[in-house]
Amino acid sequence: MGHILLISRLAVRDLRHRPAQAVLLLLAIAAAAAMLTLGLALHGVTSQPYQQTRAATNGPDIVAQVGGPGAGVPAVDLGALEALTRASGVTAHSGPYPFTFVTLQANGHKAGAQVEGRDPAPAPVDQPSLAQGTWVRPGEVVLERSFADELGVGAGDQVTLNGRQFRVAGVAVTAASTLTYPHICYSGCDLSTAQLARKVPGVVWAMQTDARSLATAAEPLGYTLNLKLADPAAADAFASDYNSSHPSPSAPLLQSWQDISFNASSLVRNEQKVLQVASWLLGLLAVASVAVLVGGRMADQTRRVGLLKAVGGTPGLVAAVLLAEHLAVAVAAAAAGLLAGWLAAPLLTSPGTALLGTAGAPAVTPATFGLVVAVALGIATVATLVPAIRAARTSTVAALADAARPPHRSQRLIKVSARLPVPLLLGLRLAARRPRRTLLNVASITVTASGIVAVLCVHAGYGQSLYASSGLANPQTGKLNRVLLVLTVALVALAAVNAILISWATVLDTRHPSALTRALGATPEQVTAGLAAAQALPALAGALLGIPGGIELFATVSKDGTVTAPPAWWLIATVLGTVAAVVAVTAVPAWLGTRHSISGVLQAELA
Amino acid sequence: MNNTPERRVMSETGGSPVLRADRLRKEFGKGDALVRAVDEIDLEVAQGETLAVMGPSGCGKSTLLHLLGGLERPTAGQILLAGSRLDQMGERALARLRRTAVGFVFQAFHLIDELTARENVELPALLAGRSPRAARHRAAGLLEQVGLADRAGFLPAALSGGQRQRVAIARALANDPLVVLADEPTGNLDSAATLDVLRLFDELHAAGQTLVIVTHDSRIAATADRLISMRDGAFVDETRLTGGTRGNLGSLAGLEG
Repeated sequence: MGHILLISRLAVRDLRHRPAQAVLLLLAIAAAAAMLTLGLALHGVTSQPYQQTRAATNGPDIVAQVGGPGAGVPAVDLGALEALTRASGVTAHSGPYPFTFVTLQANGHKAGAQVEGRDPAPAPVDQPSLAQGTWVRPGEVVLERSFADELGVGAGDQVTLNGRQFRVAGVAVTAASTLTYPHICYSGCDLSTAQLARKVPGVVWAMQTDARSLATAAEPLGYTLNLKLADPAAADAFASDYNSSHPSPSAPLLQSWQDISFNASSLVRNEQKVLQVASWLLGLLAVASVAVLVGGRMADQTRRVGLLKAVGGTPGLVAAVLLAEHLAVAVAAAAAGLLAGWLAAPLLTSPGTALLGTAGAPAVTPATFGLVVAVALGIATVATLVPAIRAARTSTVAALADAARPPHRSQRLIKVSARLPVPLLLGLRLAARRPRRTLLNVASITVTASGIVAVLCVHAGYGQSLYASSGLANPQTGKLNRVLLVLTVALVALAAVNAILISWATVLDTRHPSALTRALGATPEQVTAGLAAAQALPALAGALLGIPGGIELFATVSKDGTVTAPPAWWLIATVLGTVAAVVAVTAVPAWLGTRHSISGVLQAELA
Repeated sequence: MNNTPERRVMSETGGSPVLRADRLRKEFGKGDALVRAVDEIDLEVAQGETLAVMGPSGCGKSTLLHLLGGLERPTAGQILLAGSRLDQMGERALARLRRTAVGFVFQAFHLIDELTARENVELPALLAGRSPRAARHRAAGLLEQVGLADRAGFLPAALSGGQRQRVAIARALANDPLVVLADEPTGNLDSAATLDVLRLFDELHAAGQTLVIVTHDSRIAATADRLISMRDGAFVDETRLTGGTRGNLGSLAGLEG
């Protein structure tokens, strides 16, 4: 008991003595924990808004469609749809309703739209729920809400369908259509899927006569039928059995409500996937942060370790104190990450305007709690173990003398650097002194650059698929963009923390050679530039490795493995920006390092 | 004991002063904790002169040396090196001056651990912008001069204390400095190594190199043209060794015995 008390007291004292380092450590682990919490918490919340919309609109259990644009069916067999209304297990239906594809123009936008013919009277199944205005009337149409929002039109405005003017009677939501704008990604496609624009028109409801009159030879009429089943849970099996027993192209194609619900939540699933990948990347960065931080602290604490040992502390005690400090921070970081993730989750699960209701805050289950805490503790343990063991093994005399680990010598680099300008000469030699730290720096920047390049791949894919055709922004794309932005900011922030920590550790470690170099005639600017170059060189390598890393990461995460490579100038800007950012964040600690008096540093060695 | 020492310690070699300090003062700390490490010192060192500074530990010898080499900034007073005011220079200008005009030799050698003897000696020349070839050639010549040509490829850890200090002296000479400032150059050496270093300084002296040596070692001091004694940050005596002792040098602590 006394032993544990001693370890706790020493750990707490040390944490209090270095609050800034403890906070940086906490932030690094908390960021990874928050991302992991978000990714895990999104499980099970995705279907809630669809269920609310389905209840409000008396949504169908089965949607059956026949013919329509692109179906390649010469003549539509309405009899097959009517037969379905009498099928076993079917309790109610609405339709068949005619539909066609048109070109819609409004507020300077031009977009594809599916116009579905409806009756003025409410339908027994799938009666879209009005959010604004009134239901369809002759010469007046109702727009699906997310589509109307994006076009910037509301009840009372005018839209043009295939060149004919219609008044917008109202705006509504539905649970019957997988074509609800902007469903950019269905089952079987993914973020990188191209040619989505043609497949994602907005939905417009019009009078049946108006819908029929809008059909053309190129865009002939199709029909849609909504069915209610006695057993809604059996809808999937019903649709599957029918589709497999009616393989003819002219036969109706059935879709279950479960399938529609799955598609409706595709974006949240993509968010979830992005967040899970983000938590891996941030976890790796957090390991790098903790490793550098602990390594740097060890350089600063050698004498303290010696003192602990000199007064009777065992190697085990030294290692235990170090581990206890970082595990305590990890527990606090896990709690902060869980809270941040839980609070941020509703922002990501918001269904948008295509569906009713909200997902609400997801529950953090014991499994999520346990996993996040375990990951946080794992990060701290993995990163602390090596320095802790090294500290425990350090000879007491050497530790009391504050003897630094002997630097690594790379003869080839020393020879090559002699031909370079002074800042690069110093930078290359400093980087070569600690190859493990340099590798950690490369790894940290590679992880960050990979994440950024993967995000660029997402944007490049969207740019080609959606915006090109309709010219409309996609509100759900915007939502995913926000997630990607948060991810990018988190990656960059954690990489910046790493760069600062590595720079700080390098400044600490090179106090003596830097002071000596200044005594021999290097200017503070040359030494600062040398320290910055020591970080910039690994940053350049990491940023370059991040390009294939990011593309590979994107290909791994995307379901079909296809990648839309970002334009070359995006990648060049990423590499240059990464190096510039690293130089900027490391220049400050490097410059501060040169503010110390030369004689003070050199004399300290004699003390 | 002479309680009113002569303020200005002048060179009598007849040459123009390479290094000059006027009313030089350096203070550390504030209030009750204020320590005056160097207290209103005036000094001139002539071209080719060897000046030794002795005194008890903590009397301000090393601080004076660091002030003269531009490693520390004075609290007050002037320092002129080859006519340039060090006390008015920015860090960058000081660094450039150190490159070409000053060579340092430290008690703890201060060699860079991961560089070989030759690479350590090359470094000041590279910092001064010399070509790698010229720097290498110069380093080889200097290592030969200090008797370590056969140790050029050795890392400091593989050299004895005396050898390390000889490498440090070679490094100090890399850019043909106007003045070499040596801080306790034999403080970490045994007798044999001290003798090597003494011989080296003697050779430098004979070659006309200006030297300022802070030391506890009277044998080193004996090689100088002048010996200045310090106590509590101030000069308390000066001995012109080629012209006999002036003042009460013999009674000062640090020279007794």
